[in-house]
Amino acid sequence: METLEPLLSEHPFLKGLDPKHLQLITGCASNVRFDAGQIIFREGEEADQFYIIRNGKVTLQIYTPGRGSIIIDALTEGDILGWSWLIPPYQWRFDAVAGELTRAIALDGKCLRNKCESDHDLGYELLKRFASIVDSRLESTRLRLLDMYDSNP
Amino acid sequence: MKTSEQSLSNAVTIERKNFDALFASLIKREYQIVGPTQRDGAIIYDIVKSSNDLPEGWAEEQNAGTMRLKRRNDKALFGFNSTVQSWKKFIHPPSQRLWQTKQSSGKPAIIPEKSKKQKLAFLGVRACDLAAMGILDKVFTDSPFTDTGYRIRRSDILVIGVNCTQAGGTCFCASMNTGPAISSGYDIVMTEIVEKSRHYFVVEKGSKVGEEIIKELPSAEANVYEIEGAEELVNKTSSAMGRKIDTTNIKELLSRNSENQRWQQNAQRCLTCGNCTMVCPTCFCTTIEDVTDLTGREANRMRKWDSCFTMDFSYIHGGSIRPSVYSRYRQWLTHKFAAWHDQFGTSGCVGCGRCITWCPVGIDVTEEITAIRMSDKNNPSITLSKENK
Amino acid sequence: MTVTLEKLTKDIVPSQEMIPEYFRIIRTQKNTHDTFTIELEPPKNGFSFAPGQFNMLYMFGVGEVPISISGDPSDRNTLTHTIRAVGSVTRAMQKLKKGDFVGVRGPFGTHWPAEESKGNDIVIVAGGIGLAPLRPSIYHILSNREKYGKVVLLYGTRMPKDILYRKELEQWRARFDLEVLATVDRAASDWKGNVGVVTTLIPRSHFDPPNTVAMVCGPEIMMRFSVQDLLKRGVPVENIYVSMERNMKCGIGFCGHCQCGPTFICKDGPVYPYNAVKDIFIKREI
Repeated sequence: METLEPLLSEHPFLKGLDPKHLQLITGCASNVRFDAGQIIFREGEEADQFYIIRNGKVTLQIYTPGRGSIIIDALTEGDILGWSWLIPPYQWRFDAVAGELTRAIALDGKCLRNKCESDHDLGYELLKRFASIVDSRLESTRLRLLDMYDSNP
Repeated sequence: MKTSEQSLSNAVTIERKNFDALFASLIKREYQIVGPTQRDGAIIYDIVKSSNDLPEGWAEEQNAGTMRLKRRNDKALFGFNSTVQSWKKFIHPPSQRLWQTKQSSGKPAIIPEKSKKQKLAFLGVRACDLAAMGILDKVFTDSPFTDTGYRIRRSDILVIGVNCTQAGGTCFCASMNTGPAISSGYDIVMTEIVEKSRHYFVVEKGSKVGEEIIKELPSAEANVYEIEGAEELVNKTSSAMGRKIDTTNIKELLSRNSENQRWQQNAQRCLTCGNCTMVCPTCFCTTIEDVTDLTGREANRMRKWDSCFTMDFSYIHGGSIRPSVYSRYRQWLTHKFAAWHDQFGTSGCVGCGRCITWCPVGIDVTEEITAIRMSDKNNPSITLSKENK
Repeated sequence: MTVTLEKLTKDIVPSQEMIPEYFRIIRTQKNTHDTFTIELEPPKNGFSFAPGQFNMLYMFGVGEVPISISGDPSDRNTLTHTIRAVGSVTRAMQKLKKGDFVGVRGPFGTHWPAEESKGNDIVIVAGGIGLAPLRPSIYHILSNREKYGKVVLLYGTRMPKDILYRKELEQWRARFDLEVLATVDRAASDWKGNVGVVTTLIPRSHFDPPNTVAMVCGPEIMMRFSVQDLLKRGVPVENIYVSMERNMKCGIGFCGHCQCGPTFICKDGPVYPYNAVKDIFIKREI
């Protein structure tokens, strides 16, 4: 059977990773597919996976009573979805909904968590990569906080 | 600058008692004469008709934040230094209408303001103010656009300069290289000499018109003693100047010190009143006001002096670009001493000292620039002196 | 002796810049809740401008505002301005109808290097109303499409309802020779497009960074971060252009209001090579 390893090793997120670590990660990976409108996870649920989006679109939403669901971010091809599996209490903070037919590679967070605990080199590599994603999301969020297009800031 | 030898062939002397012949000659040539006159406890520039209107025997005491007139112990006509306002108001009016527009059934009409060409003679222009006029010329006529009104007003002004024979309390023209001697841009230049038994002027021509006017005046060829005496007075003035600005690499200095603590310290004192910009002979900023009549069918577009010290000055939708006091003072000073070089190829400061005198809290631009230079982290002379210790 | 201005200025060529000319409105259109477009009919000889230039628009008795030109530069018979109603003048202009008159002075200022960038890939990054000053560039590029490499338009607004020129964006998106990506800061769950700041579109779009010319227009902060992301992708710094905005009273360098560091935005801008203003982006309250 064809493994996901070549696909994963080419992804910018995992590029340059030690082959031994890549192998570990591949062991935790599986192909998934979401139809348009399908809920990938819900706020409060246990976060035991993350996803590398191969194609399609996923929106992150917050539900506000009275205002309905507000989209706060949209992820597409190549983006990484989810880091709550890495940080206690391992619960999703937002809803993730497929905006269209979306294909992704799911990675088993629980399994990876345990491997990171026992192999700190792998843990450090993964944390570094996630930190950079968190950084760019935070920047984007901060910029939007400014409401910079408003005519009366 | 001219050497004594050159001056020898040109210079003449005119005695005080014959000075009014100059007025007569100017009036004959249909000049409206503007000169210094004493009014309301200050010396200002206004229409003068004879030497009686000049501030004979008056001088002024100036320091940061203060000015008062005092009697001289002689009868010098130009024994003061700088007036409250410069000549700017005559060539760049504080308020002027640009055009009018009137509603009609179809397209509204626009009626451009018709500028009257004034034939003015400026009597008693100091070196600093003359340099300032040269700077305004660059601003309004030496760019892709020309301010026609300015050009018209300026084109027919006769300049009669007076060299300074004493330094005022806030002057620093010597360090800005604009004075106290007048070197160019004049039709006639004079140095007033008051001796115990004789009161006269050493006079030189600077243009064809100037030459023609001088010819009509009762004069004598100046001798070498008179000429050298006049030069010596001016030279003494230069060395007696109490304030100065070190302009070495000032553009770079200010550019790398945009966050110097001194701006914040100064902001504790600055009232952002804008006095400095109003008395400055080169500050040219204006704003536009639209004035409508009661029916709303007629509107006037007015252009008025403005000051970068107001919040409104940099307002764009959402707020002012320079809300804090420090940034507005910094804008003024940095524009004048640094950005001006980029924009017009010259400093915007001529060292007249008016901004120092008329600042209600006595902020002294020479002191501010010195403080910035002294606290400049890249100041080579400071590092050097530290190393030497 | 009294000589009239007209007599004296006969031989002085550039001098009438402070005096507007009234143009008749031929069409008005509401773009968004606070933005509208007016199309003006130039008198007689038509109106020429370069993409990125602006006009001073005068509203009878209320005042004058600098507004960039947002129409097609090849159409000399229509002068188009898209205006956001944010102040007294622009709010008054919002009430204008077909047949009314607007005073026009211009065009003033520098232009986008649209013509000069032939042979390059083009990335246009627009934020909010910033799309309006870029639209003439887009028109110019599209009507000479074969002269350019890849062309990308990235557009960010606050909410879907703030998107300008929606129909046109749809048409552009349908073209195969133009990549159009739009994003909003936030949206209701029925929004199908991107959500996130406009800078997030830069890594997602397709162009060859070393051969790309970027034109960026929007709020200053958006331009600042967009430039960083363009640089990160490898667009040469000298190929990045931005459009600046300041208070402006005259448009010809006499009023002093639009100073931005050592430059006058009306004469030296509004379009600058990024290198010329990068210090101003960082310094506070300049």
